Amino acid sequence: MVESRLVRIGLRLATWFILGFLYLPLIILGIMAFNESRFMAWPPPGFTLDWFGEALANPAIPQAFVNSILAALVAVAIALVLGTLAAMAVQRFDFFGRNSISFLLILPIALPGVITGIALSTTFQTFGIEFSLMTIIIGHATFCIVIAYNNVVARLRRLPRSPEEASADLGADTWITFRRITMPGMRTALLSGALLAFALSFDEVIVTLFTAGAGTQTIPVWILSAMQRPTELPVVNVVALVLVLFSVIPVYIAQRISGGEAAGTRV
Amino acid sequence: MTTDTPAIASAPGPGRARRVATWLHGRPRAQLRLLLAAPLLWLVVVYLGSLAILLLNAFWTSDPFTGKVNPFDGSLDAFVQIFNNDVYRTIAIRTIGMAILVTVTDALLAFPIAYYMARVASPRMRGILVVVVLMPLWASYLVKIFAWRTILQGNGVLSWVLTPFGITGPGTDDIASSWVVFSYLWLPYMILPIFAGLERVPSSLLEASADLGARAGTTFRRVVLPLVFPALVAGSIFTFSLTLGDYIVPDLVSDAKFIGNVIYDNSSLGDFPVAAAYSMLPIIIVVVYLIIARRLGAFDSL
Amino acid sequence: MLDEIGEGEGELNLVIWAGYAEDGSAYPEFDWVTPFEEETGCIVSSTPQADSAAGAQLLRSGEYDGGSFSGNATDRLMAAGDVAPVNVELLDNYANVFEGLKLQAHNSLDGVPYGVPHGRGPNLLVWNTDEVETQTTWDGIWENAGDYEGQLSIFDSQDFIADAALHLMATQPDLGVTNPYQLTQEQFDAAIALLEEQFSHGPQFWSGATFTEQITAFAAGDVTIGTTWQYQVNSLVLEGAAVEAIKPAEGTTGWSDTWMIASEAAHPNCMYMWMNHMMSAEANGQATVYFGEAPTSQEACDYAETIAAGHCEQTHATDEPYWEDIWYWSTAREDCADDDDATTCVDFDAWVEAWTTLRGG
Repeated sequence: MVESRLVRIGLRLATWFILGFLYLPLIILGIMAFNESRFMAWPPPGFTLDWFGEALANPAIPQAFVNSILAALVAVAIALVLGTLAAMAVQRFDFFGRNSISFLLILPIALPGVITGIALSTTFQTFGIEFSLMTIIIGHATFCIVIAYNNVVARLRRLPRSPEEASADLGADTWITFRRITMPGMRTALLSGALLAFALSFDEVIVTLFTAGAGTQTIPVWILSAMQRPTELPVVNVVALVLVLFSVIPVYIAQRISGGEAAGTRV
Repeated sequence: MTTDTPAIASAPGPGRARRVATWLHGRPRAQLRLLLAAPLLWLVVVYLGSLAILLLNAFWTSDPFTGKVNPFDGSLDAFVQIFNNDVYRTIAIRTIGMAILVTVTDALLAFPIAYYMARVASPRMRGILVVVVLMPLWASYLVKIFAWRTILQGNGVLSWVLTPFGITGPGTDDIASSWVVFSYLWLPYMILPIFAGLERVPSSLLEASADLGARAGTTFRRVVLPLVFPALVAGSIFTFSLTLGDYIVPDLVSDAKFIGNVIYDNSSLGDFPVAAAYSMLPIIIVVVYLIIARRLGAFDSL
Repeated sequence: MLDEIGEGEGELNLVIWAGYAEDGSAYPEFDWVTPFEEETGCIVSSTPQADSAAGAQLLRSGEYDGGSFSGNATDRLMAAGDVAPVNVELLDNYANVFEGLKLQAHNSLDGVPYGVPHGRGPNLLVWNTDEVETQTTWDGIWENAGDYEGQLSIFDSQDFIADAALHLMATQPDLGVTNPYQLTQEQFDAAIALLEEQFSHGPQFWSGATFTEQITAFAAGDVTIGTTWQYQVNSLVLEGAAVEAIKPAEGTTGWSDTWMIASEAAHPNCMYMWMNHMMSAEANGQATVYFGEAPTSQEACDYAETIAAGHCEQTHATDEPYWEDIWYWSTAREDCADDDDATTCVDFDAWVEAWTTLRGG
């Protein structure tokens, strides 16, 4: 169906409208970061760079930032390993319960975060496990596994098996075949999955709230606690704006990686 | 070829690694077990295990004064409390209703832009649009809610826009606000799968349908929609389940209580039995939803 | 209970009421955390509690060394053994504390002190002076709530049921409410009915974790009348908002806060040092001026005088008659917390459930 001109114009308009909807709050955020009023009055009575200064002077922010990045890196690493293992098992073999694996893997993401959070929290307390960055990482890794899994499964489905079989015929054992044939083919899928999982972990707040120790804060946890202090609101705006701007980087990377695939990452 | 063989023959880790790999070579079942061991161990022990511990709480009671949970006393008090009090049903209906509303809203919003991206836009435009749609996904969830608060609050952007017309929009204590914010938050999760699904519809099918005399509307309804349906369901998994369990959005932009709020509030007051008992509701709903979604092919369209 | 205060462990995790552990990041002149950290090496991190029950639960999680708790958390924590008695001999500032605050029902058990006083204050009625005429009673949020449709600001906690009961003491004396926390079923139902009436006028809510929302709502004109703490009033006045707050004629609910140490505190030395620090003139003076509550010692009063003249008088720190119609937060108990076996009251679980029903409907 070659869409009629009217339909095409309508779609273009709709697209602009929806994009506007998607970006409006982010633009407002950008303006608010310079808003002179401490209580976010609109229209802004004046503009100032003071809040940037306050943000820079606040030691909790870089600490939270470091925690967020560390947690995300380790969680993603764990998720990549576990997700790839599961993906290879599902894709390469036929076994009883095969269909349940993807079901099991998606549960941590599909079930409400508050339930996962409370479940993990009470378990840690029951077994006397101290809350720390590690407990945060455990929570994050759990729901990131499915991201890695989905990306790898999708890729494995498209990878031809003949090179692997040829490699085996030539006398390579399983490990070598994996390392030199399969892995390179999966590389971009792993990177896409890693990027999306990183975003998910970096941004996660609900499960983190329940699995973080009293003294450990990730950026979202810091934002939430800062939102509860009246004088910190402008600083939250600044941090928020900086986060949005920095998010351009991973998206750009994701696009470069996926190259030809238009919808590079698979949720 | 000749250069490869010596490389393989002198693979790193001679001895143990090679022996294991060779041993594995002829044993698919062992390979399978090895592959599945770690992920299954993690998911079953860490995840399902903690869920089980939480749900056990549903069968215990807590002391009204000290608030401490009495473990292993086996009672159905928490369930009785939930069934006896209408408010829990009201909240459940409200939450499920909102989840459906948000899903429908997002589907309606996502479709035009996904269609434009998949079938109308030039390849270069398509690439740009994908990036543009993905970017808000990367902006922090809390940040986006916070931005909406500044828009919706009294003397905020929304009232600044509407006051000249004499209308008052929803404020930060209105359930309509949570509808807007939920729809906003999950929209990219709906756009992407639909876009991917529309991309996969071969043009030849659409042309054939036109050749057979179908008008645009008919082609859409009878060719495009059925093909894209699994992708729609895939997107809906996110919009539905994420709305179903969220408590932060209702807390921050409305005064209404959703399922997530009941669970969170009860757990923060220490009433784990009620929190756990009530948790069973969204768990069952999501599991059922996932089963249906899988049957409809959504898992392949994620 | 410690026998002596040893070396600081380097870390201290506290459950607090918002504003109780300021480190100068809000206002540089209000900072009693940094001097403490510098002197003891104990780095402080704190979590604000939404209400007392939430605060008690936070402490119970084992993640905290102690915190500031009101009477309706301290009674539960002491009964459950979640907090430890305090060896006040080790705290040299304890001697200065007003005698009237020591060994009270809410901070001691069987004559053994379980914490050190921090400050006390009433829950106030606040209104926007531009939009609302001067108030003298609580009627504005009960009988006259209809005048402020959608603009009421109410404390989001089951503890607020006591405020309804308190209003009944004045308006429906034949119900015989003598203690707004220990209510017979009939009195409780009447309080809930009063709340249902109030809720029908679409109030907005704030809690100890979201008090910022009350401040921004008042500043933006979203709410014009409600209940509050002096803390929010101070913030609003500082930002130039036109608000006034009073303790209405019928009296009010209030709180008397205590620093307590967790039984399983991971950093007990730091906690003891903190407790001593918070009774010092500078720390207590600054903290009580910042939040807007009554200091706990004459020394603190004198120090407070230097940063806010008249503070002690305004907060009635030594004016005991002022506190006679202020009902400190307490936990509802089935045995009515009295010695009379014949009486039974509605227990705390019912309060929680009633509030859930009100809020969720």
